[in-house]
Amino acid sequence: MTVNSSGQLGKRDDLQLVDGSKVAVIGGGPAGSFVSYFLLEMAERSGLELDVEIFEPRDFSCVAPKGCNMCGGIISETLVQNLAAEGINLPSTVVQRGIESYMLHMDVGSVRIETPVQEKRIGAVYRGAGPRDLKTSKWGSFDHHLERLTVAKGARVTRNRVVDVSFDGGRPLVTVKGGQPQSYDLLVVAVGVNSAALKLFTENGLGYKAPASTKTFITEYYLGEEVIERTLGDSMHVFLLNIPRLEFAAIIPKGDYASVCLLGESIDKELVQSFLDAPQVRACMPDGWATDPRSCQCSPKISVGAAIQPYADRLVFVGDCGVTRLYKDGIGAAYRTAKACATTAVFEGISEADFRRHYWPVCRSISTDNSIGKLSFTMTRQIQKWRFARRAVLRMTEKEQRRSGRHRDMSQVLWDMFTGSAPYRDIVTLAMHPRFLARFGWELFVAASPFSPTED
Amino acid sequence: MGKGELGKTYSDGEIITRQGDIGDCMYVIQHGQVQVLVEKDGVETPLRIAKEGEFMGEMAIFDHEERSATLRAVGEARLLTIDKKNFLKRVHSDPSLAFRLVQTMSKRVRDLSDEVARLRSTDD
Repeated sequence: MTVNSSGQLGKRDDLQLVDGSKVAVIGGGPAGSFVSYFLLEMAERSGLELDVEIFEPRDFSCVAPKGCNMCGGIISETLVQNLAAEGINLPSTVVQRGIESYMLHMDVGSVRIETPVQEKRIGAVYRGAGPRDLKTSKWGSFDHHLERLTVAKGARVTRNRVVDVSFDGGRPLVTVKGGQPQSYDLLVVAVGVNSAALKLFTENGLGYKAPASTKTFITEYYLGEEVIERTLGDSMHVFLLNIPRLEFAAIIPKGDYASVCLLGESIDKELVQSFLDAPQVRACMPDGWATDPRSCQCSPKISVGAAIQPYADRLVFVGDCGVTRLYKDGIGAAYRTAKACATTAVFEGISEADFRRHYWPVCRSISTDNSIGKLSFTMTRQIQKWRFARRAVLRMTEKEQRRSGRHRDMSQVLWDMFTGSAPYRDIVTLAMHPRFLARFGWELFVAASPFSPTED
Repeated sequence: MGKGELGKTYSDGEIITRQGDIGDCMYVIQHGQVQVLVEKDGVETPLRIAKEGEFMGEMAIFDHEERSATLRAVGEARLLTIDKKNFLKRVHSDPSLAFRLVQTMSKRVRDLSDEVARLRSTDD
């Protein structure tokens, strides 16, 4: 706080966005596009004219790896609804497949979990135009779609790499490859955790420390639309298998391809092969299916923590390089942090104190929820280890799916865990409900009983 | 329904929600058109045709009253449902999420005022 030009105790005038203020956004993925979109949207609502420039060297209309942002590509149920409420609808030219159910596969059996509203509200997308062996381009890129919406709002995209960031008189100076330093009023960093651009901020003494990360494995197998329809259908297939180091695995149907996503500890070729050889995985794929070594694959890092000091005067980090949700709904977290950042910048100010008071609480709530999420995944790991627990989960879910009614507690817990639709806090709250505990306790008892019928 | 289409598809003439039902969601038209009509003593009075991108049934978000009108698909229409509970939860943490909804309701109040004025001038 300081004394402003009108002589009152208030915010520093020079740390506010005004007509003609220049904003640089480094990174044109969802976080960068969302923050630019909402900066311009909020500015329009408050009668402010901003100059927003996005620096993104990649062209998301290209096939991978040139235009890909390396991600499972699921738009959660909550995000689809939130975007619709914002007036951002996702066309069928971008959504490769609407997901209407989840298939949970375990060694003790499989069960389908239907969406609670019998409606497709989860979108499977490609962040770029598709895998490198793409045969026919039938769908557009999600990131490219967002970028076009942002450009339609008035943002400019500079297809060049930022090679230096410095500060002059407190104002950020951004230098692109082969260019001169340009001064901005606000710098928004939305580079994720896989970009080399992150180093520009970890080594300049600003106090920023990137979030902790872990590696994932994603590969795209060509099956063809008809085969996808016959085998995977409109379901996302998730696997709880007792494979050491494997936390979570999913096969997502997208257009002509099946995306295989693995999360876990030190994922290597051996772990990937163990997963692909599992009979439950083979059963989902067409007869005689064999992996093609030429398939597009990547091992991107995902953030599993929160950044330290992701804001300063005229500088803020959004999306994965700030904080994201643990393992799920990263695009949803990008939307939330980007919107909180834009709202703060337009309506509150761009000082370190403004971001700490109005932006950081949103990041902190995601971070706190992730701590609860870690507890949920610890529980899931135990279920993965104990066969009788897996049988109990299967029996309880099967019973719920067979009957109509409101209290489909296990189905709801699994649905929210897999889809990322609800905060981990809500999932744990439901799982701690006496009704859930009583039912699950009974199923555990039955499953552990030596007289219980086996799935075999 | 195409594989990449989100929401639920209604065929021509299919009722999406009926006047008098208790609503716990609103809709956003993803594709096609929807007729808004009121029914009284078995007589249907069409009010307007809503188009792609429009919110429908939004009053259910804010009150516990019965639906004030029937929504019927005109041709094939695809609508996305927005749950009341989740929407209000998000609005609690991000009030600006309701901006477009308020904007829509504001436009509808303006349209209704114009309609009342037009009817009064006709009566005179």
